[in-house]
Amino acid sequence: MGGKTLMAPLVFSFNWGGFSTLLAKEIRRFARVGTQTIVTPMVTTLLYLLVFVQVLEGRYSPAEGFSYAQFLVPGLMMMAVIQNAFANSSSSLLQAKMNGSVTFMLIAPLSALEIMLAFVTAAVVRGLAVGVGLWLVAGFVVGWDVLHPFWALGFLLSTGAALGVLGLIGAIIAEKFDHMSAFQNFVILPLTFLSGVFWSVQSLPPHWQTVSALNPLLYMIDGFRYGIMGVSDFVPAFSLAFSVGFVVVLAALAWWMLDRGWRLRG
Amino acid sequence: MLPALQINGLGKTYSGGLTALDSVSFSVEQGEFFALLGPNGAGKSTLINILAGLVKPSAGNALVNGADVQADWRQARKNLGVVPQELAFDPFFTVREVLQLQAGYFGLRKNRAWQDEVLGELGLADKANTRMRGLSGGMKRRVLIAQALMHKPPVVVLDEPTAGVDVELRQLLWRFAKRLNQEGHTIVLTTHYLEEAENLCDRVAILDKGKLLTLQTTDELLGSHPWREVQVIAANMPSELPAVLAKNHSGRDGQWWCWRLNTQEDSVAQLLEQLRLAGAVLQDIRTREPSLEDVFLKWVAKP
Repeated sequence: MGGKTLMAPLVFSFNWGGFSTLLAKEIRRFARVGTQTIVTPMVTTLLYLLVFVQVLEGRYSPAEGFSYAQFLVPGLMMMAVIQNAFANSSSSLLQAKMNGSVTFMLIAPLSALEIMLAFVTAAVVRGLAVGVGLWLVAGFVVGWDVLHPFWALGFLLSTGAALGVLGLIGAIIAEKFDHMSAFQNFVILPLTFLSGVFWSVQSLPPHWQTVSALNPLLYMIDGFRYGIMGVSDFVPAFSLAFSVGFVVVLAALAWWMLDRGWRLRG
Repeated sequence: MLPALQINGLGKTYSGGLTALDSVSFSVEQGEFFALLGPNGAGKSTLINILAGLVKPSAGNALVNGADVQADWRQARKNLGVVPQELAFDPFFTVREVLQLQAGYFGLRKNRAWQDEVLGELGLADKANTRMRGLSGGMKRRVLIAQALMHKPPVVVLDEPTAGVDVELRQLLWRFAKRLNQEGHTIVLTTHYLEEAENLCDRVAILDKGKLLTLQTTDELLGSHPWREVQVIAANMPSELPAVLAKNHSGRDGQWWCWRLNTQEDSVAQLLEQLRLAGAVLQDIRTREPSLEDVFLKWVAKP
């Protein structure tokens, strides 16, 4: 229904008031239960750091000149961004679908683009809040050095956006919480764990390297690690282009679904 | 002046093949209090959902204050306030926040005075800072109405707003709806309580199986049903009614003897005289005029 909007000069037809209200609502929604949405994922991720460093520090050195903890922290930060950005947009939209309150958003003069941008921006904010919070705490162990801050920021934002859009798509498709839980546990979680958070892809046997190369999250984590540490398995520009391209493709799909009202409007 | 609603050949067939609306056309004038009646599954909600942008029509178009709900959807939605049938709410927020958010979606930020006015009118002033999940069903229903009014829409659709609410709240809602109408809002009401439509609405449309069966003023509709029921309690009623009394006799309701008289052809005085001649001694009498319910049942009666 918002198809005509894009044909008009976007900046004039864009419902800035509606967009900023929806964005503020989505941010307030997770901030209000900050213990559950920010603190708990930070603590859980810090436990990974504690356990893995305890077991592997000194036995496994994926990057020359860096401790295992230094290698692991950027990976865990990205894992936090991935999981929390996805959880934010998916749970918010699915809850609204289930309790019927999505109606109030759908009958308002909000276009597909405005809805998508508000949900995804809120997802990025939550992902960043957890990721950066983790970095602040973990910095007491590994330091707070960031070698290429713009690269790091580029990967943080594109990863948060990609997973925020993916969460939105998941919530549009899902017809019950069970569907979303399955998607989160059988797709997002394995992709995260098998994306080089805990090891370098170079240390895998060749056939597993080939399989890993199909995982889009691999490039995001590898590129972010370049931003923090200055070392990576892939060319960072390629990884960033891939990440941004991934966001664009997913966003086009989400926009199409919202514009058609797929599983939202009759 | 543009009609408040202009519906032209509107149709909706769902992907499963169900036709919920079949080429429905009518218009609602500015400032009307309009009833949209029909049994469950008649297509009322589908029609409202098309107006609100929640359902896409398969055929035809609909305009709200001149704005096409598809081609000019932003303006159409600004022109329309919908009170949904379902008690949907976001449990995270307080009543005040819910209203602020709804106003914000329409680009309105500074409308606290209007929020306060609506909260006061709907008896919600002391609930402004209560979370939605802490409200009773009736209170939630009031919030739905307040939400629909946040952007001051010229056309307000009330989709069964009194379903399951107590008498006090029902009367409050109708007072409020009347006030909105007097202030110039066009009100479109769907309800299963037909006496509400009869008392409040200027015109009535009856839908059934996706088709518009009739659209008339309330008075015309009531006048189209020329029957009046007369009930009497009488002593010494003959064990077998004479033919002249048996003609319109429609049965008994306890101790009441009932006759269904044609308002054009039969008179109550005639009936009473015939009862006297038959030896009956009248003890009590009551009459029941045709209601919208009678008319409604006539229109939607199964063949």
